[in-house]
Amino acid sequence: MGSTSSQLDKDALSEYQELTFLTKQEIILAHERFSAMLPQEYKGATNIRLPMEKILEMPELKSNPFNKRICHVFSTSQPNDGSLTFEDFLDLLSAFSEAATMEIKSHYAFRIFDSDNDGTLGREDLEKMVTLLTGDSKDTSLNGEEMGQLINNILEESDIDKDGTVNLSEFQHVISRSPDFVSSFKIVL
Amino acid sequence: NRKAKVKRKAKRVSDDDDEEEEEEDEKPSKRRGQRRRTKPQDSDEDDEGDKKSVASKASKVSGKKGAKTSRKEESEEEDEEDERVSKKKRGKAASKKEKEEQNNDKKGKASGKDGDNKDKKKKKNANSSSSSSENDDDDEDSLSEGEIAALMEQVEEKKKLISTIRSKPWRMKKRLLVLKEAQQFVEKFEGALGKGKGRRLYAFKVMMTKKLIKFNRDFENFKTACIPWERKIKEVESHFGSSVASYFLFLRWMYGLNLILFGFMFGLVVLPEVLMGLPYGSIPRKTVPRDEQDTAMDYSVLSDFGGYCKYSVLFYGFYNSDRTIGVLKFRLPLSYLLTSVGIFGYSLLVVIRTMARNANEGGDGGDEGEFNFSWKMFTSWDYLIGNPETADNKYASITTSFKESIVDEQENQKDENIHLRRFLRISANVLILCCLGGSGYLIYFVVKRSQDFAKMDPKKLTWLQNNEVEFVMSLLGLVCPPLFETIAELEDYHPRIALKWQLGRIFALFLGNLYTFLFALFDEVTAKLETEKSIKNATEWALSEYYANYTSFYNTTDVPPPNVNPADVIRGPCWESAVGREFVKLIVSDVQVTYLTILIGDFARAVIVRFLNYCWCWDLEAGFPSYGEFDISGNVLGLIFNQGMIWMGAFYAPGLVGMNVLRLLSSMYYQCWAVMACNVPHERVFKASRSNNFYMGLLLLILFLSMLPVVYSMMTLSPSFDCGPFSGQEKMYDVVIETIDQDLPAFMGTIFSYASNPGLIMPAILLMMLAIYYLNTVSKGYQQANTDLKKKMQLVSMSSILLLSFF
Repeated sequence: MGSTSSQLDKDALSEYQELTFLTKQEIILAHERFSAMLPQEYKGATNIRLPMEKILEMPELKSNPFNKRICHVFSTSQPNDGSLTFEDFLDLLSAFSEAATMEIKSHYAFRIFDSDNDGTLGREDLEKMVTLLTGDSKDTSLNGEEMGQLINNILEESDIDKDGTVNLSEFQHVISRSPDFVSSFKIVL
Repeated sequence: NRKAKVKRKAKRVSDDDDEEEEEEDEKPSKRRGQRRRTKPQDSDEDDEGDKKSVASKASKVSGKKGAKTSRKEESEEEDEEDERVSKKKRGKAASKKEKEEQNNDKKGKASGKDGDNKDKKKKKNANSSSSSSENDDDDEDSLSEGEIAALMEQVEEKKKLISTIRSKPWRMKKRLLVLKEAQQFVEKFEGALGKGKGRRLYAFKVMMTKKLIKFNRDFENFKTACIPWERKIKEVESHFGSSVASYFLFLRWMYGLNLILFGFMFGLVVLPEVLMGLPYGSIPRKTVPRDEQDTAMDYSVLSDFGGYCKYSVLFYGFYNSDRTIGVLKFRLPLSYLLTSVGIFGYSLLVVIRTMARNANEGGDGGDEGEFNFSWKMFTSWDYLIGNPETADNKYASITTSFKESIVDEQENQKDENIHLRRFLRISANVLILCCLGGSGYLIYFVVKRSQDFAKMDPKKLTWLQNNEVEFVMSLLGLVCPPLFETIAELEDYHPRIALKWQLGRIFALFLGNLYTFLFALFDEVTAKLETEKSIKNATEWALSEYYANYTSFYNTTDVPPPNVNPADVIRGPCWESAVGREFVKLIVSDVQVTYLTILIGDFARAVIVRFLNYCWCWDLEAGFPSYGEFDISGNVLGLIFNQGMIWMGAFYAPGLVGMNVLRLLSSMYYQCWAVMACNVPHERVFKASRSNNFYMGLLLLILFLSMLPVVYSMMTLSPSFDCGPFSGQEKMYDVVIETIDQDLPAFMGTIFSYASNPGLIMPAILLMMLAIYYLNTVSKGYQQANTDLKKKMQLVSMSSILLLSFF
């Protein structure tokens, strides 16, 4: 325990406190959890990337339907394979923390939902979302007609300029009115 | 312009190098015009680089003079050296300034000529006497004033950037880079700005701000570390979702509130009486009467809060009515009154502040049906869930809610037999009203009977007869809600609406019970006041008899007070302590019933289902009893009502708040264990936060309702003549009036008498009503503006689509 906490030096710690919404204890805990997931030979090295499979083993992310999208959004690796460095991990926790603002959360939520990374939520993005949300088993998924009806209703409500897609500002407009969003868009270690 | 430039520079980190080169090229051509302007900065740099002390005017002048009269190369060298040595940002700022001056120059006459003229003027000034150099200095100081002001502005901007950097959705690397740059810039220029006279204050201010920021951050960290039970609640959250966890968060919030109320009550009322007041046994009100003394330590009497409990700091009757006690002249009666009122005031403040915070975060919920589908889609997943079983449940509930809302949309027009439905609903409401009335009457009846029991010999009563009132109330609280639920089946409402009706009915039940209980109690009080009058007359008659006998016997007028053991003095019935006792007994029985219900209803059920499942005909776990679900609304309502009773009873029994703190503490651990060990996650998961303000609203209502009896008794009922801190007064608030008259200066008395004049209060109330009406109208206006803007947006987008289709 002592060896892992001494790896995170004081300067870096105070910088991370400036740059994220996390408190000191949360950053230290994140560092411990991250180091615990590193394979033995890499312990103590900096700037190591954890592959996505390892990250998805964490209990907080395992049961989440959007876990892969989350990893892709926060990953800074070149081929964008979903692997995270410690700083990416901190970014993730900061965006999902209690103190993060509505703007940050809605920004990242939009990017997570945007599966094809085209900057808007089109019909395919929304369909993928519904499939993820309703789970994999046959008796919990919607059939084609219900899906179409649902997506039409959603677009009717949120698409203000009627261009067939939901862009970032429309999304933020919808989300900011919701009383549940900030409290449910949270991950705590 | 400049501000925009700074921001753009912050973002385009990679373009830095290009800009710098560009600026350096321009510099030599415009050097002459700019040299004067850059000089103050150069001299500042010199001072900073060489000595840290505040440069004396002389050295400054000589430095400037030297720079002026020396060759242009020197300043150029300095510039280049600075450029090389200092960090990027600083050089950019300097060169940026030059650009600005350039632009300014260009606006006037031709730049070079201007610069030359100014240059020559400077040289002439420099060559003349030192007095003119002073003018020069003032001139340059005034210039540097403007520049320094501009510099300060930049530094402030950078600081703002640093403080808001975490809200920008950039990658960590980019943020780190920007942060480092901004921090270096701020450091460099804060040092520069700190030089010279009059700047010391600025430097000091800067240092204090830094220390303050660091202190704030450490304090925030410390505060978060102090919050108890974080781990526990997080575990519950990950297993059961945020709705169940919201109950525990509410419990923790209540615990904090009660802790503070306990601090007030204990520190300002109980502690002074214990430390500085008279000890037990010294005066009649503090001693157990002679005829009760042999049973005073019995467990049955103590558990009924009689005996030694009754004559202790727990209850109102123990407190003495001396105006001031002890060495510090602490005014106990005043403090008692003000603390009781202060408890309500503080609770009101905290509840309203929490409600406002919830409303800000979550939107007003006024547009409930507006974004139904979108919210279901975007906000229904609870990211705190870390348990696969809960996740499966959540998937199922999301699918159900999707399907339901699709069907709802289609079925909205379907018109079933509306008359039958209306009839059923009315009959259901009638049935429920009958239930409520019945329970109210039952409680009244039972309280009246308990008064008769109290007149009989205590030893002959059974336990049931003694505690009948509490028993009946708890029973009603257990039996009626499921009864309401079954009757509500007739109504056939949507589940969420049905839940609201159910909560409203349970609320009405508890309220009705509580108020019936109070009415019966206060009936008793008036009866007690009658007996008190007769006892008071009897005591006074006995005292006057004693004086008369003594005088006639010893033939003196100097009569010592009667030497009677405090335990033998005739006592009045002390109705406040009796009321306090009733409240305490009620709350204790409530707690016992809650814990027993959990033990039997959840734990025993879980044990039976788990172990009998092996040898039972049908699957107990999936079929009939199965494991219980955590009843959120029932528990929250129980907590709210408990708090209401505490607020009511705290005036009559100061120890009650302390007992509640212990109860909440034990409740937290007990219920956390119970929920993890015996409950399963809900099948239908309800969102917590939308109900958050609903529960707070209930709490506020209960606060007002529990304030009423206390205020009523303070204003209208007269205190007992021989017990409590207000004995001897006509009304309880007379203490305040006495203090105003005697202790405060005269003008305050006149102020208070003016303030309580009805002629002043009526206009104040009218004014407040006008303000409420105005705010209401304004908010309606905003809503209207909102819808208009939305329509406008649609029109604009449609017209732009049309335009595009033409090209």
